Amino acid sequence: MSSIPYEAPPPRQSLGRRLSTFFYRHPHLSLALLLVAPITCFVVGYLGSLAVLLLASVWNVDPFTSQVVHTYTLANFRRIVEEPVYREVAWRTIRMAALVTVADAILAFPIAYYMARIASPRTRNLLVVAVLMPLWASYLVKAYAWRTILSGEGALNWALSPFGVSFHGYSTTGLWLVFTYLWLPFMILPIYAGLERIPESLLEASADLGGRSVRTFVRITLPLAFPAVVAGSIFTFSLTLGDYIAPKLITSQQFIGTVIYDNHGTNLPVAAAFTLVPIGVMIVYLVVARRLKAFEAL
Amino acid sequence: MKTVGRKQLVAAVAAVGVGALAFLAAGCGGGGGGESGQASTEIKGLGSTVEEIQANAKKEGEVDLVIWPGYADKSWAKQFTQQTGCKVVTKDGSTSDDMIDLISTGQYDGVSASGNATVRLMKRGDVAPVNTDLIPNYADVSEGLKNQDYNSMDGQPYGVPHGRGPNVLAWRTDAVTPAPDSWSVIWNKNNPYKGKISIYDDSIFIADAALYLKATQPDLKIDNPYQLHDNQFQAAVNLLKQLKPNVGEWWSDYAKQIQSYANKDIVVGTTWPYQVNILKGDKKPVQSVKPKEGTTGWSDTWMIYSKAAHPNCMYLWMNYIISPQANAKVAEWFGEAPSNPKACNYTTDKNFCADMHANDESWWKNVYYWTTPTADCGGKGGTCKTQQDWVNAWTEIRG
Repeated sequence: MSSIPYEAPPPRQSLGRRLSTFFYRHPHLSLALLLVAPITCFVVGYLGSLAVLLLASVWNVDPFTSQVVHTYTLANFRRIVEEPVYREVAWRTIRMAALVTVADAILAFPIAYYMARIASPRTRNLLVVAVLMPLWASYLVKAYAWRTILSGEGALNWALSPFGVSFHGYSTTGLWLVFTYLWLPFMILPIYAGLERIPESLLEASADLGGRSVRTFVRITLPLAFPAVVAGSIFTFSLTLGDYIAPKLITSQQFIGTVIYDNHGTNLPVAAAFTLVPIGVMIVYLVVARRLKAFEAL
Repeated sequence: MKTVGRKQLVAAVAAVGVGALAFLAAGCGGGGGGESGQASTEIKGLGSTVEEIQANAKKEGEVDLVIWPGYADKSWAKQFTQQTGCKVVTKDGSTSDDMIDLISTGQYDGVSASGNATVRLMKRGDVAPVNTDLIPNYADVSEGLKNQDYNSMDGQPYGVPHGRGPNVLAWRTDAVTPAPDSWSVIWNKNNPYKGKISIYDDSIFIADAALYLKATQPDLKIDNPYQLHDNQFQAAVNLLKQLKPNVGEWWSDYAKQIQSYANKDIVVGTTWPYQVNILKGDKKPVQSVKPKEGTTGWSDTWMIYSKAAHPNCMYLWMNYIISPQANAKVAEWFGEAPSNPKACNYTTDKNFCADMHANDESWWKNVYYWTTPTADCGGKGGTCKTQQDWVNAWTEIRG
């Protein structure tokens, strides 16, 4: 019996396999498909709404109905610049953001240092959970809890009363405490990550060369961790700059966020013009942060 | 395999960006706002008879309301749901501006609007005129509240009157003695209660300053606290600036104010009867009064959004909330005079309507209902400060 040479037909490819081959041959297309949803979301949802808001700053408003009238004006910007109240509010907010950032950096550094360099792995894990835990609780719950703590009859004044001190909680100082508490985890985590990245060998080298612990800390650890501190400060600074809920709950003073919030329904153009202030401040802040290599530490 | 270069990525982002901007431009160009055409009570999908509305409502199954806190409590909203099949979903507004803002998002069917919101809502076309024939309980509403300039336009009603009430002076009896009967307790410059005063955080509060000036500085010749000429307005603003250092808390969130009174962080201030009711319910030593100078207040109207998604449920709600039983409950709960006199037979406290002076018009003479300040001084002529001036001044006063 002679055998007939048999050539097997190529296996029928499934649709999935063919698609996979297609995308392998056209990497651009696969990338485009992958990115189209997030980019559309970012551009339309985020940049788009921002553009519409900024556009609103050059419009007028009907003095009776408070509706936006689509006629061009620069009066809103003039108002922001000329009325001293807006300048005062902007300064107050920037000052608050800076003070909160400094306080958070001072508080966060030792905690992060302990977590990264001293604590046993077990303790370290516990501490990471402890730092993250407050982030899982609602912001509002925390803000209201602080209202109770800061009240004249609250826990803070109860604790201070044996010393004959009383603290007016619903004040700028009270708000500073609340912000410092709220954003502390955002400072601890970048510093912790930054400290962990410092190679042990550098510290050993410093010790070998006769550097004592303080000198090693000041000359090696601190400079290497500094970009991480700046990275953390981006969070604490920007979050304070834009917040309006805590200021509303804790103080009676106006901040950038509360002014925008209060005006967005009644005078959207002025609110829109005022948003340029925090945007401008943040751009400057980010440029400086970039110079300080904060983005590499993130 | 070819890798995707940076250039291509940038190009892709740019392409999406240009597309998005074109989309936005198209959207922005088309937006012209609501049209305020003829007063037609037709709303898409609304039944033409009460029976039809009831049948349609079963299909809608929901009504979304913007309310003053406490206006749709479970204790009467639940019964409405049982009767009609419409679930009641609510969103609290804290100021009239807040409510206008909420209703114009288009996500709600109706709103319990005060006089400083109603006229703006009508002019903006955000709310629709109502066909009162489809609201059987409307016939029972006090005649004095119907067809007012804050709830109708050109003789056409734009909603149903809900009730009215005064903004009151409230104080802690264990801190403020003797019991005050004048607003001077908050306006006094050298104030013993400095830092413990609570003030409503909205530009409409300028009227409260004007009201006090009307009583104490007759040379200013203030007539209506919402219609202020330049010098009158300036005097009110100055009075508020003088008050500012004494204020302990500016409130617009009623829960925040209740907490402050309860904790004694605040001992005197301006509030709604609602907060006083809750504080008294919690056995806090709080009392309130309508001071001798008179006060500002509100007369509220339930209005339907012009493009309501659930118009049938909203019509049923407007009918339900002014029914004697429900109107009695909400009036007693919030602490206001009901719009339906028959409600007085159903209040748990039999003296409630008498205590609220519900039918005593002379008592309401010096209660100035919230209304929108207009340039033409409410149609009286002359030049008055506008709503916008009030809002801008408020930012300045708050500092």
